[in-house]
Amino acid sequence: MTERMDRQFARLRDEGRPALVTFVMGGDPDYETSLAILKRLPAAGADVIEVGMPFSDPMADGPAIQAAGLRALRAGQSLAKTIAMVDEFRKHDSDTPIVMMGYYNPIYVYGVERFLSDAKQAGVDGLIIVDLPPEMDEELCVPALKADLNFVRLATPTTDDARLPAVLANTSGFVYYVSMTGITGASIANTTAVGEAVTRIKRHTQLPVCVGFGVKTAEQARVIGRDADGVVVGTAIVQAIANTLDGDNKATSDTVEAVATLVGGLAAGVRASRLEAAE
Amino acid sequence: MNKPVEPNSFRTGPDEQGMFGIFGGRFVAETLMPLILDLQEKWEEAKNDPSFRAELDSLNAHYTGRPSPLYFAERLTEHLGGAKIYFKRDELNHTGSHKINNCLGQILLARRMGKTRIIAETGAGQHGVASATVAARFGYPCHVYMGATDVERQAPNVFRMKLLGAEVTPVMSGHGTLKDAMNEALRDWVTNVESTYYLIGTAAGPHPYPEMVRDFQSVIGNETKEQLMAAEGRLPDMLVAAVGGGSNAIGLFYPFLDDKDVQIVGVEAGGKGLEGEEHCASLTAGAPGVLHGNRTYLLQDGDGQIKEGHSISAGLDYPGIGPEHSWLKETGRVEYVPIMDTEALEAFQLLCRVEGIIPALEPSHALAEVVKRAPKMGKDQTIVMNLCGRGDKDVFTVGKHLGFEL
Repeated sequence: MTERMDRQFARLRDEGRPALVTFVMGGDPDYETSLAILKRLPAAGADVIEVGMPFSDPMADGPAIQAAGLRALRAGQSLAKTIAMVDEFRKHDSDTPIVMMGYYNPIYVYGVERFLSDAKQAGVDGLIIVDLPPEMDEELCVPALKADLNFVRLATPTTDDARLPAVLANTSGFVYYVSMTGITGASIANTTAVGEAVTRIKRHTQLPVCVGFGVKTAEQARVIGRDADGVVVGTAIVQAIANTLDGDNKATSDTVEAVATLVGGLAAGVRASRLEAAE
Repeated sequence: MNKPVEPNSFRTGPDEQGMFGIFGGRFVAETLMPLILDLQEKWEEAKNDPSFRAELDSLNAHYTGRPSPLYFAERLTEHLGGAKIYFKRDELNHTGSHKINNCLGQILLARRMGKTRIIAETGAGQHGVASATVAARFGYPCHVYMGATDVERQAPNVFRMKLLGAEVTPVMSGHGTLKDAMNEALRDWVTNVESTYYLIGTAAGPHPYPEMVRDFQSVIGNETKEQLMAAEGRLPDMLVAAVGGGSNAIGLFYPFLDDKDVQIVGVEAGGKGLEGEEHCASLTAGAPGVLHGNRTYLLQDGDGQIKEGHSISAGLDYPGIGPEHSWLKETGRVEYVPIMDTEALEAFQLLCRVEGIIPALEPSHALAEVVKRAPKMGKDQTIVMNLCGRGDKDVFTVGKHLGFEL
């Protein structure tokens, strides 16, 4: 539902700090561990959660998220199971917005109407679909908005001022600014340019603008969070999971804890980002 | 799926959204979208610019060696005892396959767009070689992504690319074949979008690539029409071509799509048989889905995860197909059939012995279908088959299958 997302960003605005948006791949390294991580995230400091829908051919993702998707698929994850995970999560948490992120094909094959109805039922708040630009809005974006699900669009450094209105037209929930031309997990070269881009986008929209791709540390989260309404961290979390796995890519007793520790640090980062600015 | 109403013309697609019926489109990340729109604009300009056409025609004639001959395969015709068989000999082109037709067109476009770097994906290596060739000819750095499995089984082509100055990156992800190479090329493109031109090798990918590649390859069909008219005074009864991504096939088929009396057959890689997992027959055994920028028939499971295909021919080893072929299948204009690895191998050897031509394994699939169909047709009828690549690159693979030490 779109209301939970708006409520969360309004609350954070009142608190005077950016959101920490965390990405985890649904079903990585297995369904149970992934669900345990999901449940742990809000208490660790996540304000919005992106749940990745694993896909065999993630064209916009770097090696870490590619590997996470493959681990999940090998452990038997499917789109139906990712929806079920959200449903389980909602039994324990009715405040933290959940955005499902991935590629279009699994949804297309599942059936758009059936997917929207099941996702809505499970308590999903929004969708980010990497390979659906505004030119393809009739496929999923328009039906999702009709079903009262946010459709969060990606804006990138190549989205110029002329194109921005088209990108923002059907966007809701928040705008996801991709900090660089590149794939997930690469390094941000220029945080000043990111700040300028966020300011540019904000001239075109009232929606919160969150920045992702390449944010890995609490320090980066703090700096990006000065201008952005939210900071998205994905690869670093997925890598933290990978670092705790045993030789067979199975979860260990450290897996959930490692994520909680990392997210705790990132949460402190975003909470510090406006303090200095106010000084 | 319901069969769509037959259109008045099969040569009007794609529409302004880049769709052929429900197939095609522009399913790409936002980072690439402004570039895709720019490409489309430049392509529209180029195709209406007589100087662009003139330069391409000149290169086709003097660099590639076009028109390629339309050859009457007399001995094979006698051997099969039915329809007269003609080969469109695109294997005689510079670089040894039809791939050069498309590469020359796209490199001229890259230059027009002011790009400074070329990337390409390749399966069998034919497109990689053709890309490296045109990059050398026009002075561009070229980076080719090739699945690690293919690097191993197509070693001679890897060396050719390196000789031509290209950098070849083996792709380890997935099964290390064409699909994975294409993923990696897309990742490079999204990273280096400002400087880089992605030279896609087949009539697939986001709009306008399927249309653009088709138009560059249509030189095959246009020449064939003229040449057969000169030889026989009429249109062929049947066209046959192999389909992997489908660029040589659409190049031959497209100029004939509205000639309703011409029967058209596309041949997919049936691998080790359609009942198992080891084949690449996306049209015969796949389902519509979205991958690599377009909606088309794909080999995939019930969860929309893409499967790895298998074919003895690295050039047919792709789990998708150009979107226009998906539409031509749905409309019923073109018939698509599978040919097994073993049938292709037999056809390969037959052509060597009967006509003194060593074909690539890709057109050997088309040939195996010709072998099935020609005897059932009248001696006054004609078949044109696209002999789209030569077999030098495949002798090691074939040798291995025949138990021959090389």
